[in-house]
Amino acid sequence: MPLAIKHLLGLEGVSREDVTLILDTADSFFEVLQRDIPQVPTLRGRTIVNLFFENSTRTRMSFELAEKRLSASPLNFSTSTSSVAKGESLRDTMRNIEAMKIDMVVVRHGAAGVPSFLTRCTDAAIVNAGDGLHEHPTQALLDMMTIRQRFGKLSGLKVAIIGDVLHSRVARSNAWGMTTMGMDVTLCGPPTLLPQHPRALGVRVTDSMDEALRDANVVMLLRLQLERQGAGLFPSIREYRERYGLDLDKLNKLPGDIVVMHPGPINRGIELASNVADSDKSVILDQVTNGVAVRMAVLFLLGGGENA
Amino acid sequence: MKQLELLMDATALDRALIRISHQILEKNPDAKTLGIVGMQTRGVYLARRIAAKISALEKTKLTAGVLDITMYRDDYRMALKQPKVKVTNIPFDINGINLILVDDVLYTGRTVRAALEALNDFGRPKTIQLAVLVDRDDREMPIRADYTGQTVTTRKNQEVALKVKEVDGEDSLWLMELEQGD
Repeated sequence: MPLAIKHLLGLEGVSREDVTLILDTADSFFEVLQRDIPQVPTLRGRTIVNLFFENSTRTRMSFELAEKRLSASPLNFSTSTSSVAKGESLRDTMRNIEAMKIDMVVVRHGAAGVPSFLTRCTDAAIVNAGDGLHEHPTQALLDMMTIRQRFGKLSGLKVAIIGDVLHSRVARSNAWGMTTMGMDVTLCGPPTLLPQHPRALGVRVTDSMDEALRDANVVMLLRLQLERQGAGLFPSIREYRERYGLDLDKLNKLPGDIVVMHPGPINRGIELASNVADSDKSVILDQVTNGVAVRMAVLFLLGGGENA
Repeated sequence: MKQLELLMDATALDRALIRISHQILEKNPDAKTLGIVGMQTRGVYLARRIAAKISALEKTKLTAGVLDITMYRDDYRMALKQPKVKVTNIPFDINGINLILVDDVLYTGRTVRAALEALNDFGRPKTIQLAVLVDRDDREMPIRADYTGQTVTTRKNQEVALKVKEVDGEDSLWLMELEQGD
């Protein structure tokens, strides 16, 4: 019954059984987080390195908390204070850290494929915490956990993922994971911000928000990466907000049991109106809580027994 | 694994649970101070039955809690196959109560050790008492049961298996023998 995968590099190619096992295990860890003493001794004595080559508050804190809740020892690494700044290569960094006897590596990097590269430099289990425009698998897992909590199932649900899909590793991981779990995924955004080959992902694509929202059970807004506005991919933030932002008027036209999600950080008043983000339809803070439980489950399942 | 001997049929099993329920009340006359917690998975069914029997005897309403000790096992590093993490749900405050921990089989004592550590994270009961249907003897830790259905001396290549209506369609307790390849 263990996971078929030895590393979590992405959700592409991960089986339905593996995703289900991670989500079931995460539900049990969710219960641990509700206790007075929300900590279990499971990974006592294990060292987990958090290798963050790219900025992150939420994901890094979430992983670190998950590690502490499992009684593992986290070791934090960020580029600005490390010898990467002195020009050390990725392989050397990894091999040096490994020589300190570590058990698992959580890595975030601006370049796609770095987690996969690291599996060839070390025997430790690797968990991808976001690599370039490629994948962010734990985010997609926590999204699916949150949806399953609300609806009691995943299969057959319809999800609209709206925004800058092209630059979103969250959208990509969700597309892989959700289609594996039998969900119906529609990606929506300005044509310039949609992927070129959506059929490879097994999803539908549209530039009309109305069409994406039709019969949707879940609407997930993506962060508009404001730093990309200079690239001329969309005319103006105001026009983007009009066409692809979710405000109260649009929300009220949707079915009563619609669930609004956002991977954060939110640009309030652009992709998501403030009163929508704080409405009872929003599960954004549940996503954050579930993120710790999902990461505990991933670390537990990858760190166990002989396969570590 | 093959069935070697029937240790208890449905009637014997029920009688053992009735006796254990009475013994629990003998030692803890005030049922309001009691909390029953069953260990995943078979202990849960036994705990529910004991809770129902005590509730009927004392005209009160006891609900059995559920404890999964997977996260507290001491063989996580060595385990060849990973045990599935199951649900823990203790719907009452365990601080200050007389907590009856229920499991089907007491053998090495390692599961009970893990359970004691797990309960520690939920609070500080006044007492923790252990009720088991079968005591297999052969302990690896200084742990004993307060309430025992039956004591069975077994060999290393044997196992005790409980069947319950809720899962297996019948109530029975079997001595099993491991066969080559098990």
